[in-house]
Amino acid sequence: MATGVLTSDGIPLKVKLKRAERRTKLKALGLVVPLFIFILFSFVAPIGNLLLSSVYDPSIKTLLPNTVASLDQWDGEGIPDEYAFAALVQDLKTAQKDEKVALLGKRLNYEISAIRSKIQSAARKIEKLEQGPYKQTVLDMEPALGTRHFWTLLKRSGSSFTPHYLLNTIDMRINQDGKVEAMPQDRSIYIGIYGRTLLISLTVTLATLLLGYPVAWLIANLPTRSASLLLIFVLLPFWTSLLVRTTAWFVLLQDNGIINDALIAMGLTEEPLKLIFSRFGTIIAMTHIQLPFTLLPIYSVMKTISPTYMRAARSLGAGPVYAFTRIYMPQTLPGVAAGCLLTFILSLGYYITPALVGGPTDQMISGVIADSMNRDLNWGKASALGAVLLMATVILYLVYDRLVGIDKMKLG
Amino acid sequence: MSLPIHATPTERLFYWGVRIFSAIVLLFLIAPILVIMPLSFNPEPYFSYPLSGISLRWYHEFFFSERWLTTMKNSMIIAVATTILATFLGTLASLGLTMTRIPGRTFIMSILISPLIVPVIISAVGMFFFFARMGLTSTFLGIILAHTVLATPFVIITVTATLQGFDRSLLRAGASMGANPTEVFFKIMLPLIMPGVISGGLFAFVTSFDEVVVVLFLASPEQRTLPRQMFSGIREIISPTITAAATVLTILSTAMLVSLEFLRRRNERLRGIRS
Repeated sequence: MATGVLTSDGIPLKVKLKRAERRTKLKALGLVVPLFIFILFSFVAPIGNLLLSSVYDPSIKTLLPNTVASLDQWDGEGIPDEYAFAALVQDLKTAQKDEKVALLGKRLNYEISAIRSKIQSAARKIEKLEQGPYKQTVLDMEPALGTRHFWTLLKRSGSSFTPHYLLNTIDMRINQDGKVEAMPQDRSIYIGIYGRTLLISLTVTLATLLLGYPVAWLIANLPTRSASLLLIFVLLPFWTSLLVRTTAWFVLLQDNGIINDALIAMGLTEEPLKLIFSRFGTIIAMTHIQLPFTLLPIYSVMKTISPTYMRAARSLGAGPVYAFTRIYMPQTLPGVAAGCLLTFILSLGYYITPALVGGPTDQMISGVIADSMNRDLNWGKASALGAVLLMATVILYLVYDRLVGIDKMKLG
Repeated sequence: MSLPIHATPTERLFYWGVRIFSAIVLLFLIAPILVIMPLSFNPEPYFSYPLSGISLRWYHEFFFSERWLTTMKNSMIIAVATTILATFLGTLASLGLTMTRIPGRTFIMSILISPLIVPVIISAVGMFFFFARMGLTSTFLGIILAHTVLATPFVIITVTATLQGFDRSLLRAGASMGANPTEVFFKIMLPLIMPGVISGGLFAFVTSFDEVVVVLFLASPEQRTLPRQMFSGIREIISPTITAAATVLTILSTAMLVSLEFLRRRNERLRGIRS
């Protein structure tokens, strides 16, 4: 029998060490578990639920239970027969009694335009119907209830899962034959919103890079004392409340605000420029807010670059521009990537700043999500747009993790 | 770094160019915050210079009107509760994450940090749906939980960073001299990592104190916070009180920045880094 080193109680050291290690691991896990469960409950579950409600919507099935069930026997050709209309009449009567018709009309209207008022008027008339046969009566009463589009929608609603909201976010819809088709040009809005969000985020990222890079270089190369002083100029806005900075820009950009006053006083313009509630307002305020996020990672990378490389390059005959672009700049790329990615990711999700200083018709995707929640009360749409934004963010987050590493994220 | 005597004209241009450019950028960074401060003393309800006098009218409104005072109180309650909860949970988790190589560390870490990266609007909408089912919307508890989610990543990042610089042999030294694990933790480890824990807590406080999107969705008028009130101060009733509020908040964040810098220096001193 091979005997290894034994501890005093006769157990091989190897076994004992393994046990101790396992105990430490369990202890470590035990410390992480409370927060992990907390985050699962208050963050991961809500987001999972949000993703689910972008494809799951049982409202039609709940509001028209008999009709949807009766359509199991419909082969999908033409429009269904009496049995379905009888069920529809029964369901609409119940809905009318429970005051749920408005809700139903709103939901149907997402997929069939202008059906809301028709279903409401039909429900009022149907209330007085005593007996069948119903099909012809209903068709005479309200031809919109006799379209294939209406009935194929109800048949699809047999499943509570619907691709409608997600398709809508990429400007697609399901037509009357149940086929996916592109939205007509005049109703395609979302691609434009994504384009705008990307364009604003890219502009802001680029602006912060152009403004931040030289400043980072200067601060990284100054003696400690002056560098600390200049850093305060960067850190103070970084620490100031986002709302305070947005308020500041709101005040500055007014039609009779300080910037316009100054421009008029200098004779650069006669009329006040339209600064607030415009794309310009959004971009300048966002650039101001994001600048430290781009600048600081670049600065911390530049701090680590030894000046000897530049001296070596120069002594070997490189001109200042050549040495800078070929020797110095490539070494700063990790910082540039980290700062720009962070700013780009954060910019994609901006809501408060565009909402307060941006144009009302120039909202970014977060603003559209908030509007679908608060104004349209269309939760499916809000969830689907949220899913799109989340996907974009997660992809960029993975890129960031690969390039920079999330545990290397630094603050201040 | 001064300009050497043998500098070429390009280098001279570069030297001064960068300085002037940086001055303009730094001015761009700081000016908006400074410019609105004097406006808060404007006796007239306008957002423009020149001031027609000096008045504390808007400060009076801010500090003595029921509307602003309640929001200030709400913000404090929520931020303090969030800070305690987030610092406690976040510090525990950071201790666990740095203690040994636990399986799936990267995965756990990315889940714990993700609230920082996911756009707030998504978190807010998701929490609204989910919390509504549990009756947590329009409650202080709901908002505190939501803010804790958003604040813990900051605690994790600062505390793990501090712990990575922590010399673990001190723990063994303590144990070898007869201290039990509890004593080792409270007498040796905690005092040394305290600056990191406090700055994590400060980050948590600021995160909650500044947050407005989650509050927009989860709060009823009873839980209205200061940033929420400023939001409607801009959006609905444009009142110069927002400039007074902004000034007070800027002073607060300056105090915060100073204490953080102090903590950072103390931390470096404790770890024996001299600068």
